Amino acid sequence: MQLSRLDVLESEALHLIREVAAEFDRPALLFSGGKDSAVLLKLAEKAFAPAPIPFPVLHVDTGHNFEEVLEFRDRRATELGVRLVVASVQDSIDAGRATEAEGQVSRNRLQTVTLLDAIAEHRFDALFGGARRDEERARAKERMLSFRDSFGQWDPRNQRPELWNLYNGMIHPGENVRAFPLSNWTERDVWTYIDRERVELPSLYFAHNRKVFERDGMLLADNPFLPRDPEEQLVERSVRFRTVGDMTCTGAVPSEATTVAEVIAEIAATKVTERGQTRADDRASAAAMEDRKREGYF
Amino acid sequence: MTTVDEPATDPLFAPADSLLRFATAGAVDDGKSTLIGRLLHDSRSLLADQLEQLELASKERGDEQLDLAMLTDGLRAEREQGITIDVAHRYFETARRAFIIADTPGHAQYTRNMVTGASTADLAIVLVDARNGLTEQSRRHAVLAGLLRVPQLVLAVNKMDLVGHDESVFRGITEEFAAFTERLRLRSVTPIPISALNGDNVVHRSAAMPWYEGPSLLEHLETVEVADEGSTADFRLPVQYAIRAPERDYRGYAGQIAGGSIAPGEEVLHLPSGMRTRVTAVDTADGELERGRAPQSVTLRLADDIDVGRGDVLCAPDRPATAAEELTASVCWMSPRSELAAGARLVLKHTTRSVKAEVTEVRERLDVTTLERGPADRLGLNDIGEIGLRLARPVFCDPYAANRFTGGAVLIDESTHATVGAVLITEAR
Repeated sequence: MQLSRLDVLESEALHLIREVAAEFDRPALLFSGGKDSAVLLKLAEKAFAPAPIPFPVLHVDTGHNFEEVLEFRDRRATELGVRLVVASVQDSIDAGRATEAEGQVSRNRLQTVTLLDAIAEHRFDALFGGARRDEERARAKERMLSFRDSFGQWDPRNQRPELWNLYNGMIHPGENVRAFPLSNWTERDVWTYIDRERVELPSLYFAHNRKVFERDGMLLADNPFLPRDPEEQLVERSVRFRTVGDMTCTGAVPSEATTVAEVIAEIAATKVTERGQTRADDRASAAAMEDRKREGYF
Repeated sequence: MTTVDEPATDPLFAPADSLLRFATAGAVDDGKSTLIGRLLHDSRSLLADQLEQLELASKERGDEQLDLAMLTDGLRAEREQGITIDVAHRYFETARRAFIIADTPGHAQYTRNMVTGASTADLAIVLVDARNGLTEQSRRHAVLAGLLRVPQLVLAVNKMDLVGHDESVFRGITEEFAAFTERLRLRSVTPIPISALNGDNVVHRSAAMPWYEGPSLLEHLETVEVADEGSTADFRLPVQYAIRAPERDYRGYAGQIAGGSIAPGEEVLHLPSGMRTRVTAVDTADGELERGRAPQSVTLRLADDIDVGRGDVLCAPDRPATAAEELTASVCWMSPRSELAAGARLVLKHTTRSVKAEVTEVRERLDVTTLERGPADRLGLNDIGEIGLRLARPVFCDPYAANRFTGGAVLIDESTHATVGAVLITEAR
């Protein structure tokens, strides 16, 4: 009897989560409220059941959040009994650690400063992230357990070979690792798993009526952080989000899908990748993600 | 060219349920990137923005045709220099199966990447340029696949269009390959004549080679039986983590089954203690299993209160793992900074246990292009050789030939923490 693909992927993820929990002193799970981090949290719950998750959850808060996501974050943390650590980009800006560039509205890039500060403050030595290799070309080359130097940087040319299911987690003080249990999952796998496991998601992921405007071929949510040009008219549409991030650069897609099965149906028929469709930050250049990762981004 | 306006091929609510991991190795000129691009493109795994990026980038470089190779050249340095640096992972699926490709560069200096990619592969594709026949590189790839015991091998004879689709060229290469690999104990070899550039026999069977009656590469990948050898091996559970929930009086030992299967009521042997006990439950977060099997992640509850911790193993009592403090092993040395020689002290990471290790001897080096073993007293970057190791504490292992997960290990440099060697255990004492 062969295991199904989701069972194989789940098993691999549980193994990595347990390895990191066993070998690191101060791990934490990066939780954005997005679907990948919701799946990650579910896997962490499963890895230690019936005991509670033995590490805290870290949210890097851009201040540009959808209300629904914050509500979801707080409720899930309470339900699971995990400690929630919120690191705020606004605090980094107020402290002069991060500067919003002229004309730059998205705070995605500033998150790196806040993240690295939070790692230093809480002395985290391992962070779980929900990144998948199918998302983007630089991620396709990243290890499941990815080493970061004491500046938080990723060096793609100097990665540790990862053989069988052995993860070399040896680090010096000040260094840390990022662990990506969903590395080998595709977007379809994530949705199928959400369906199978009844993983709860913020309501943003399902079709709802919202005031949006069009920019660069993307539908952006009406929000207080993003000035609109006069010709960018607000219209009310039935939309859903494929990813959840900074409100100012996360686009919505027209959708009528109100259930997981309907979302899967729309995804199967889609012609554009998740990031290409809805993430302005990755459109900047073909190497945008690679550059951000080198600097210490998720 | 397939257009993206057609509906997706795969039936939505019956997604492919089995997974095949395969490794490719090849150099820039073998057309490996083109082959992978062709698989993704012709199986309609590319979405509109990926195609658009590809068209733009191909035009920028002045290419008339889509440069499918660019799909897999991920990092900036690679795009600029037209090379592949590291293991890249690609994902695609058809109605029949989902695939994970470990795409590795083929030059000798990237042997360590190939070893990494092959370590978990169910199948490896060795790519040969029909014009050149077997080269040093293709021999190396076959040897590595054999050494890592990849269960299935495909000999893809590429660029058949450049030899006039001539059957005798294909036969000649196939025979030469069979002669070379006789000593490798390869388990299954499937030769397929292809042209990645034109798409012949990659996804669709080619009209240009009517003499070839076998499956296209994709048909083969979709249908090849992957022996479920993990679950027929002897039972092994390296313990990762002890899960305790005192308020529920719960204590269980979590790990990923590295071989065989286990059911409630069956006896297990605990190492290092040598004590036997009975499994009372095979738990998952979703409930108890009637039987857990490799590679499932499970939590075992035991009938007796014995001291079990991370790094221990629970195994089949009648066919236990060997508790070994001395190993003979094949090693692929991966450090660009140092050589491996007798006296070296390293950390051996094996399953869930890390122990100090001393290299007692370097016996020989394998010439991976001729399969000859020559005397050696040290190994450099990407060398493969046989060594002896003495361990500070025992590991609970099997020969690599019997179990890839309990027979494989890595060597870690204690000061830099770099992973410097891949170890395939041949003998354990």
